[in-house]
This record gives sequence, structure tokens and C-alpha cells, in this order.
Amino acid sequence: MPPTDRTPGPDVLSLQQIVAQGQHVMTVCNACRYCEQFCPVFPAMEERLTFAEADLNYLANLCHNCGECLYACQYAPPHEFGINVPRTLAEIRLRSYEQYCWPRAFGAAFKAHGTLTALTLAAGLTLLMFAATWTMNGDALRESNPGGDFYAIVPHAVMVALFGSVGLFVLTALGAGTIRFWRDVHRGPAAGLTAAALGHGWREAMTLRHLHTTGVDCTSAEEVRTPWRRWFHHCTSYGFLLSFASTTVAAIYHTVFGWHAPYAYSSFPVVLGTLGGAGLLVGPAGLFALRRRRDPALGDPAQEGLDESFIALLFLTSLTGLLLLVLRDRAIMAPLLLVHLGLVLALFLSLPYGKFVHGFYRTAALVKYAVETAARPDVRSASDTR
Amino acid sequence: MMDEIYDVAVLGGGNAGLCAALTAREAGARVIVLESAPRHFRGGNSRHTRNLRSAHLAPTGVQTDAYPEDEFLADLLRVSGEDTNEALARLVVSHSAGCPAWMQQHGARFQSSLRGTLHLGRTNAFFLGGGKALMNSYYGAASRLGIDVVYDAEVVGLGLVDGRFTAARIRAGGDARDVRARAAVLATGGFESNIEWLRDAWGDAADNFIIRGTPYNTGTVLRVMLDAGAQPVGDARACHAIAVDARAPKFDGGIVTRLDSVPLGIAVNNRGERFYDEGEDFWPKRYAIWGGLIARQPDQMAFSIVDAKVAGRFMPSVFPPIVASSIRELARLLDLPPDTLDTTVAAYNAAVRPGSFDHSVLDDCRTAGLHPPKSHWALPIDTPPFWGYPLRPGITFTYLGLKVDERARVLMSNGEPAANIYAAGEIMAGNILRKGYIAGVGMTIGTVIGRIAGGEAAGHAAH
Repeated sequence: MPPTDRTPGPDVLSLQQIVAQGQHVMTVCNACRYCEQFCPVFPAMEERLTFAEADLNYLANLCHNCGECLYACQYAPPHEFGINVPRTLAEIRLRSYEQYCWPRAFGAAFKAHGTLTALTLAAGLTLLMFAATWTMNGDALRESNPGGDFYAIVPHAVMVALFGSVGLFVLTALGAGTIRFWRDVHRGPAAGLTAAALGHGWREAMTLRHLHTTGVDCTSAEEVRTPWRRWFHHCTSYGFLLSFASTTVAAIYHTVFGWHAPYAYSSFPVVLGTLGGAGLLVGPAGLFALRRRRDPALGDPAQEGLDESFIALLFLTSLTGLLLLVLRDRAIMAPLLLVHLGLVLALFLSLPYGKFVHGFYRTAALVKYAVETAARPDVRSASDTR
Repeated sequence: MMDEIYDVAVLGGGNAGLCAALTAREAGARVIVLESAPRHFRGGNSRHTRNLRSAHLAPTGVQTDAYPEDEFLADLLRVSGEDTNEALARLVVSHSAGCPAWMQQHGARFQSSLRGTLHLGRTNAFFLGGGKALMNSYYGAASRLGIDVVYDAEVVGLGLVDGRFTAARIRAGGDARDVRARAAVLATGGFESNIEWLRDAWGDAADNFIIRGTPYNTGTVLRVMLDAGAQPVGDARACHAIAVDARAPKFDGGIVTRLDSVPLGIAVNNRGERFYDEGEDFWPKRYAIWGGLIARQPDQMAFSIVDAKVAGRFMPSVFPPIVASSIRELARLLDLPPDTLDTTVAAYNAAVRPGSFDHSVLDDCRTAGLHPPKSHWALPIDTPPFWGYPLRPGITFTYLGLKVDERARVLMSNGEPAANIYAAGEIMAGNILRKGYIAGVGMTIGTVIGRIAGGEAAGHAAH
């Protein structure tokens, strides 16, 4: 067993070091097994005697970073075994995002994340939108009362072409990454990928069951358990889905029924969008505040930029979207729209290369766990105490 | 905070100490816990434990089926060879049923007995996350109740006046100071991490022992009390010792260093010779004698050897096996005499009688005409690669302790109980068990006697 000597901190570890550390941790965990009822990571680990890189990537994405196993661990630092499962798996997770990303060359983006980078990207795209609009539709931009009609500023066809192509690319990239992940971690027969397993994994992802699977909530410090992380995450993810639904409904209104924006405050797209937007304000703000108070030992300090840039883009996109709704009849609407669209574009383009991917890999890992669990009788043996 | 006179000073911050402290505090006492370890390593050997044995008459959610008190007592008497204070043993067994609920009231969480199949799920309640998680819960409860806890506070002496406790002298951060209290609960564990003391009992062999638990169980308080005329119980050589991987750290390796491969292969000493029946009985019933067996081998070394047929049939070890394609090569890698090992394996293989191998029962795979025999699970060692693990004795805890009465009062040489000194946990477990062991009973003794000691100490201080 190599006692992988390393100083904690945001030092960049080589892939080999991370894999070696992951194998060391899993070997100790597998010989101990005290944590086996905290979450699926440990039962999944017990099914394995050796840990190849793909196994580590699977286990890392199965981990919800609840933190229980760090405080329970008799081998946690400063013990010479230096076992910190949440941090080690967080480091492996980041590597897995790079590794499975499509196109692979873009994987470098995962290391370059920072709130400043994200905002610079958004600002750049906003400027680009301004320049294009100024050149092609300057009159509308100078119009003092656009009357709440976004398409007067950016024509509908432009919106559809721009966001349609970006959206298609984003979906392709996310899908390709998820398939790559699945193929790597789920070797062997494709059998077992049943509707039941898919449903089970999906349900566990959508309920964040493993942030409170033991009946109490996950930790943010030793003996500190609160439901807030789960609720703020729900606000964020369901907020995102509601906003997405709002856009979809609006697109159907436009193309199928020929009902054109702006829609009334009581209309379906506006209600969905407002609820979603509210979730995307409360959720990210809450997650940001919790991050700052959470025990730093539970995570990988190198991923602060990855997490916070995503939080910032979600929050600002939602904020500008809601402002746009309230101020759509004012003169400020046009510049606000372009800022909002710049932020949306930056958010979209960073989706396959940022924190967003965790939802896809986590869900895929939970589906794989459901497949594995269904494939074996649930027999586990525990070691004696002494 | 240490200048005041406390009602109760609890020496040692493991399971027994915290059960005593919580009980005393809830009885209204001002309580201080003196823990010799730093915060990270608090909890003594309890941080390495996993479960507690508890009697119950129906499934409880944390235990399956039923485990009547009579059966628990019979198990205890059997392993102790009836060499026990039966009144105390009965006390522990009868109070064990109430332990899980009390523990839950103080923040403990248990594994569900319905998930998975814990093979001790009937007799034992498993702590969710293990003993360190339990200790975290208890320290959390102690903090909420306003119990003072001092870490890095090694007790180096006791103030004793006419057999009465007056103060504990602690060394914390280089300074020695006295913590005064009206009563004391001694919960400082055994002396297994005191190599000097082990050497007194075992001679030079002690240098080759691995200590599975905390390095802070130095036995200082035990020694001070014995020197002050407290009655001892148990023998200095009596200990719970198992076979651990020789590559384990000297201290604190805990559960992961032990090796379960012995019954599936053969074990040889460093001369390449077998020395004991590896398949005498189920491993959970036998693993605790292997520490002692290895301690009596030359240089306190042994080697477990298995072949490819049984690889993967035992709990994975934290250390990789030493792998070779022939027995002679394995001997060279393990630094054993190749000729002898070859002869040993050949003689064993020739003695193996055909049978149907089944690791889950006492099967009929055994040797004939071999000394020592292998009574079960004997398969020829003939399929490469061959795996070898080096073994050492790993001491879990020592049994030598202080004699107590049923109120947990320490008994002095005049036969009278000390007025205000109580003992709980491993420092007095020898009253109940002086040899042998059943899983989880140490935590039961610590919890039951700890609660009694805490209540008695608080009651004494109030008068």
C-alpha cells in the first residue's frame, strides 16, 4: 500500500497520483466497510476487489459529497493512512469530467474555470450581441419604446438560429459525454439497463435521496446536519427545469399556435419562467452561502472556480431574465435583453464544460448502481468488531 | 475552567467515559472529561469499534430476531470459561437491552438490521459509520449538555488522601496541573500501548507486537491505582490478540490490518513449518487465538499461504499479497527456507483428503495423518499464483484491570470500596472477561458500567 504522501491544498495532482490515491483509499475502505450504510458508494465498492480508473470514475460520480464518511473515518487525516473519501472522490470526479468530455480537447476547460472567466465570456458575448444588433438592427436599438417586443430587437429567426444551433451543440456534447462515461464504467453485457433501473436512477437523482438516505441530512461540518443544501439544490435544479419548460412552452405557442410574445403575466410561459427564475435566484444564492460555510476538508479546493462560476452564471441569467420581465416596457429593455442573451449564451456554452455535467454523470452512475443492485442478491457480510 | 472543583472528573474520553459523563451530567453534576488524545484521535479504542452486543426479545430495527438474556449470559460464561464475577456479568447482560435506546437518545445512530445481511445482526447492534461516528455523537451531546472536555490531557498522577480521590494531575501542553473533583470515574482503558509494561509480561517478544488501537492507552491510571492498593483483576499477559498483517503500522491500524485468509490455506512460522490447525473452527470463533499462537512462534512471525483457488474468498486485506508462481519463489520472497516450505506444502498436500469444499459450514475437507492436522477447508495448495501474507500478533486490548463491585466502585486491598473512585470500560472489563471474547461485549460493558459509574459518582458528589 503506497502511503501517498501529499500536501492537502489546491495543488494540481497528476492523473497517476489521483488514481493511486483513489486506489489506496478504496483499498482501505474495502477492508474496513464501517461506512457501508451511508450511501451507495460503499456497497458498490464492496462488489470490487480491485479498482481500475473506470471503477474509480463510477464511484466518484456516485458520491454525493454528503461528508458523513469523513467524520466517521478512523483513518481520516492526521491518521497516517490519510483517508478522505469525499475529497479524493471530488478530485477523481473532476478528472472524469475532463476525460469523458466531448470534444475531448475541450476538457482543458474544466481546469480553467473561474467566476471571472465566466463573466468575461458573458461580457464578450454581450458585446458581440450589441455589435451585431447595432450593425443589423440599429434603429430598433435606438427606439425609446420597443413595447415589450424582444423580437423587435433580436428577430425571432435570429434567436431560433442562434440558440437552436447552440442548444443542439450543447445537447450533443452532453449526450456524447454521458455515453462515453456509461460505456467506460459499464463494461460487459448491456443487459440490465431496464426501464426499472433507469426509473430508479432517475428518481434517486431527482430526489437527491442520498443526501438524506440515512434518515437525517448530510453534513456541512462534524455533527452539523441541515437540509439546506438539498433544498437549495432542488431550487436550483427544478428552477432550471422550469425555466427550460417556460422556453419550450413559449416556442410551442409561437410555432404551433402562432401566439407571439410578449405574453401576459398570468400566461403559462411567464408563470413557469417566473417560478423557475425565482428558484434560480434562491437556489444558487443559498448554495453559494453554504459553500462558504462548509468544512473545506469535505471538498477539493481546486474546484472553487468550477462551482462558483456556474452558480454565478445561473444567478445572473435568472436575475436579468426576471428584470427583463418586469422592465420589458421600459427603454432599458433593449440593452437588458442583450445582456441577458449574452449571459444565456455564456451559460449554455459552458454547460458541457462546467459543473452542469455532474447531473448527467451522477444520474448515469445511479442508473448503473440500480443495474448492479438488481443483478445480485443483496447479501453483504460485515466484519466483526475486534 | 479547570480551577473550580468539579463534582465528577471522568478520566478517559472513550465510550465508557462519555457514558459516565453524560449520565453524571444529566443527574445534575458538574462534569469534566480528561482525554489524553488530541481531538482528532479522541475516543480511545472505541473509535475503532463497530457494534454493541445487546439482549432483546423481538426484532428491534437495529437487531434481528431475538437474543434472550439467558443466551447472552451463556455465551459470556462460555467464552470466559466461567472465570468471571457472575453478578457483574448478569448486571451487564440485564442492562444491555436498554443500551441502544439510551444511546439513540444521546445522538447515536445505528445501521438498519434489515439492509444487507450482517452475520452478527441478531446479537449485535451496528453503529452507523462505526465507533468514531458514535464518539462524535457523544461528544456532540456532551457539548450540548455543558460538559467540559479537555483534550491532550494525559493523567500522570492522582491525588489520593486516605484512599479518597481529590484531584487528577494532568499534563497538558507541557504544564502539569491538578483538576479537582468530588468523585472520579476511571475510564482510561487497558495498558496495551505501553510497550515497557508489555515487555514486563511478555519479555522481548513484546517488541514484535502490533498495537491495533490507540497509542494513548498507556495504563498510567491503572498503574497508579494498583500501586495505591487497588485490587487487581486478571493477568498481565491476558489480552485479546489476533493475526494482523506484519506491514501494519505499530499503532492505530484498527480493523483493516487483520487477515482472514488463514482458514483457507496454511500458516507457517519463519522456519517454514506449520504450527496449528488452521481449520479448527469457524474463523470468527478462532481468529482471536491466532495473536497468541503467533506470539509463541520464533520472532513472533507467521505467514499465511493460499493459492489461486481461494483468492477472493476472504475479506480483501489492505495490504497486497506477495505473489509468486511457485512455492519456492514464494519462500524466497517471504524470506523463508525454500526447502522446508516446499516440504511442508508437499506433506500437507499429500495429507489432504478429498471432500466437498464449503466455506460456510464445517466441511469434510480435512487432512489425515498430518501433525498438526487441518480439520476443515483443507484444499491442496497447488494452483499458482500462490499468495503469501506476513503475520504478526496484533493486540486489541489487555485484560488486567481494577476489581470493582456492582456499583462500579473500585475495591481496595482491605476489601472495602474506595469512597469516591469508580471504574468503567476496559480498565475493569477483566471483572467479567479475563480471557476469550465475544464481539461487541466490550462496548456493552463500557456502556452499562459507564452509566452506573456516572450515576454513582454524581450521587456521591451530591451528598
